[in-house]
This record gives sequence, C-alpha cells and structure tokens, in this order.
Amino acid sequence: MNGMVLQVEGLTKLYGRGCGRCVASTGPGPADNTCPHCGTVVACAGVSFEVGPGEVLGVVGESGSGKSTVAACLSFDTEPSSGAARFARFGGRDIFAADAAERRRLRDFDIGIVYQTPQQGLDLDVTAGGNVAERLLAAEWRHIGGMRDRASQLLSRAEIPVSRMDEAPRHFSGGMRQRVQLARALANRPALLILDEPTTGLDVSVQARILDLIRDIQRETGVATVVISHDLGVVRLLTERALVMRHGRVVEAGLTDQILEDPQHPYTQLLVNSAV
Amino acid sequence: MTVDELLRDAVPGLGNGPGYNYAFLDELSKRELRRKTLKAVSIPGHQVPFGSREMPLARGWGTGGLQLSLSLVGPGDTYKAIDQGADASVNAVNMRSLVSRMAEVETTLDARDATIVQTRHRIPEEPLRGDQILVFQVPIPEPLERVEPRISRARRMHAERDYSKMWLFLYESVAKHGEVTVGARYPVVVNGSYLMDPSPIPRWDVPKLHHAPNLALFGAGREKRIYAVPPHTSVEPLEFEDYRFRVESFPRGAHCRRCGSDDTFLDELTDERSGETYFTCSDTSFCDRRLEERR
Repeated sequence: MNGMVLQVEGLTKLYGRGCGRCVASTGPGPADNTCPHCGTVVACAGVSFEVGPGEVLGVVGESGSGKSTVAACLSFDTEPSSGAARFARFGGRDIFAADAAERRRLRDFDIGIVYQTPQQGLDLDVTAGGNVAERLLAAEWRHIGGMRDRASQLLSRAEIPVSRMDEAPRHFSGGMRQRVQLARALANRPALLILDEPTTGLDVSVQARILDLIRDIQRETGVATVVISHDLGVVRLLTERALVMRHGRVVEAGLTDQILEDPQHPYTQLLVNSAV
Repeated sequence: MTVDELLRDAVPGLGNGPGYNYAFLDELSKRELRRKTLKAVSIPGHQVPFGSREMPLARGWGTGGLQLSLSLVGPGDTYKAIDQGADASVNAVNMRSLVSRMAEVETTLDARDATIVQTRHRIPEEPLRGDQILVFQVPIPEPLERVEPRISRARRMHAERDYSKMWLFLYESVAKHGEVTVGARYPVVVNGSYLMDPSPIPRWDVPKLHHAPNLALFGAGREKRIYAVPPHTSVEPLEFEDYRFRVESFPRGAHCRRCGSDDTFLDELTDERSGETYFTCSDTSFCDRRLEERR
C-alpha cells in the first residue's frame, strides 16, 4: 500500500444495462455522461486516487459530475460497477470485495461519513447522544456511563452543548445537525473520514465554523479524509490535494493551490473563474 | 343440533365418524407444523415461516399457539391452557374445550400434571420439567419490529446479528427515563445468537426461560412464524453493565389477598366498593393450590 490509507483504482459506476461502448462514448470529449447507444448513465468511470495518513483530499466538480457517487461507493451506499478500493485497515484488500459482515465492520469501525443532509446520517428522532452511542453500541460498548462520557466528549468537541445531549437533532439547527454527524462519524476513531458536501446548504458564518472545526479535528486525529464539494472555497480551506471531476471523469488532479492558481483544464479554469 | 352433528352432516360419506380429522388439522398440515417446529428447535430463536391455517377462531387470538398444540397432542397427553395466568378466562376455557374435543385428551388446571401447557403472556409459577412442553401464543414474533418497521431490513439485521438498533432503543430509554422502561416483550438473546421476542410475558418470567429443562415453542398464527427455545438453552435479556436487567418489583408488603403469597407475580386490582388497592396471584391455579395447602 506504500503507506497509503486508501487506494482507489478505476472506480466505475454505471446506471443502466450498459453496452460495452458506454465508457468510451461518454466523458469530457463527448461532453455527456449518458451513453448515446444504450442510454446508460455513466456516473463515474476510471476514477483513481490515493489518500495518505493525515492527508485531506478534495474532490470538486459541478453537480452531476460523479463526485457523490464516489462517496456513495466508498461508504457502501451503492455498489460500484467495477474498480477497487484498497484500504490499509482492511489489510490492504479491496473493500468492494468484502462480504456483508465485513462491510458492516468497516462501516462501524473504520470509515466515518458525514452526509450533506443530516437525515441521511442521523436518526433525527433519536437523541444526539443516542446517535453517537449507536456507533459505540455497534462496537459492542455495553456501559451506559462510559458511552455517555464518550458521547459528551465527542459532542462538546463538535461544539454541541452537553446540556442538549438528550435532545433529538430534529430540534437542532442545520449547523448543529452537521456537527452531531461529525461527532457520530468520529465515534470509533475511523481511519478514513468521508465528508460529502458537509457544509452545503448552511449559511456562510455557520459554514466557516464547521470548516474550522473539521480542520481542527482532522489535525488532532490525523484521520485520512476525503472531502467532496462543489465549493472551491471549502476545498481551498481544507485540502492539500484535489481532483476535479466532470462528466464522471477526473479531468485534473494535483496540489490544491496549484489547481486553483494555475488551472490547466478548460473546465477547471471555468470553475475557478466562476467562483463567487 | 350440536357442532359435532353439523360437522358430521356437512361431510357426506363419513358415516358415523366425526366430520373432522383427529386434532382438527389435517395430517399434512400437522406434518408441516412438526417439520417447521423441528427446524425452529434446531436454530434456537430463529423465526421459521409456516403456512398458518384457518382456525375456528380469529387470527390474533392464539391461532399460532393452538396450531402448535394441535400438532403436538396425541392420546395420553394432558393439556392445560392459561390466559395471563388464569385457567378460567374465556380464551383459555375455549382453547381447552376445543383441544379436548378435537383431540380427545385430558385437560388439567394443575401445571404439574400437564404434558402441554399453552399460554398467553405468562409462564406458570411452578417450574416445568423436561417432559413438558410450553407453547406460547405470540402476537408479534419480530423483536426488531420496535426499531425497524421494514421486515426485509430486520431479517438482514438478524442474519448479521446486527442488534445495535435494539440496544439503542434501550439506551434511549435510559437517557430519557433513567431506566430501561420495557415491560412485556423484553428482548432476549437465545443461545448467544439470535435476538428473540419472548412474547408479552412480564419481565418476571424472562429468567424462567434461561436454561429451562422444558422445550418452549412460540407460535404466531397471524404473522405465520414459529420459533423455539430448546431445553437447557441460554436466554439472556439485553442489559447494560451499569443498568442490569431487573424483574418487576411490587410495593413493600404486597401479597396475594387470597393465598398470602409474596413470592409470585401479582396482579394489582382495585376493590370497587372501598376503592383500595389489593393484589392477587396472576397464576390462579398455583394460588388455589397454595390456598388449599394453607388450610
């Protein structure tokens, strides 16, 4: 694994029956991700990247570019059509080849995920503490006092007042819900953290606080992180390296600063120039 | 005209014999029930689907337990039926009369004399022996129903022994109320493997299932499921290290008004005239015997 935490190779996801010509006839060239021969949608194809320990990798692109599909595959929410993701904590083996029990273990212990919408990652009617404790329960914690200690530690690190620990996130603001998600994702000290549009839909001041928090926690824990965002600001703030995706393909990859200061691909140039 | 006469007339060519099969169910149905029961015994706590038959009582009124009993009885068996501990409740009385007429077996009120005890929501106070079978009437066989409404997901959770949602349910109960508030249907793990709904027995009865010498069969007729706890099998309630499983406790000095017992599961009642609260044993035949012994 060359000391890498995660190595993704040739990740491809097709929606549709596929005809063998789908990948060749879509992408940035034809400027489309729908196969003209069979109508299959090529959500992403041939996506490869690696993440090292303590590193933050950004994936940017407009909506429909396939970046969330990458996140969904890595968190087992969808099954990739082909490709491999070798994971150090899984003995360097491909996580897509894992069986159901291994996948659950990976999801419970080794891969933390924060979704764009809190209702995807949280049960809004279960208390904030309970949402965090669910991860601990999955890891066979059976001491309520111990779990509450750990949950309040994680929640206060995520700037949720401990006094609101026994309240349901349904009564929380959007920003607070995202912070509960973050606390939950970090509960079992994962080796990989996936942030899928973690601040989209929040107002700018809340975004800034969450981004600061993510950056601080990431530095403290040294967790390898993949940040998926359409927002160049988020990627600039959080990441050292980034991929730019369009029509399901990686069109540019490199150091974040370099990509943002000196974009090579015309689409990246457009993206950088159109940033507000 | 009696029911027997009606049945005899309805099936021509049966001559003077009864118009129904021994023990009401036809032999193929009984065979299916026995095969599914064997499977259930082989995989303790696992819910086995079965083709629940139309019975002469409504689904949800004990058809699962009744079908199990009818597939088990034979000449020489002695059958007892209780409904929340009482032999005299309508449901128990009708079960007893149906089984005794259809299978021509002896019935009893004394748990010690029975070979098959069919029960709704209680386990007799008298410990059962290895030569006895306890048959439960189960309304909801799926313990995860409380936390996962989708059966397909619940089955996957069983397959992966992924019970963190049930644990979370108990955690939430402690977080909100300071204790586990689950009363009846307390979730248990059978043989260290499957999560099982012990039917709506009180917590009081849950420890009686643990390493019991008798076979316990659970039948849910409406939901079409059979499951089992074989003899000498571990049945452990879910509990936290700092919030242990507890059985119900009664107020200090509470005792049965009839027999004076303070070591049985008690029903709390209100005297309609004086308005005062009193207790009686839930297991009525056990209470009767104690009363006799005291005299």
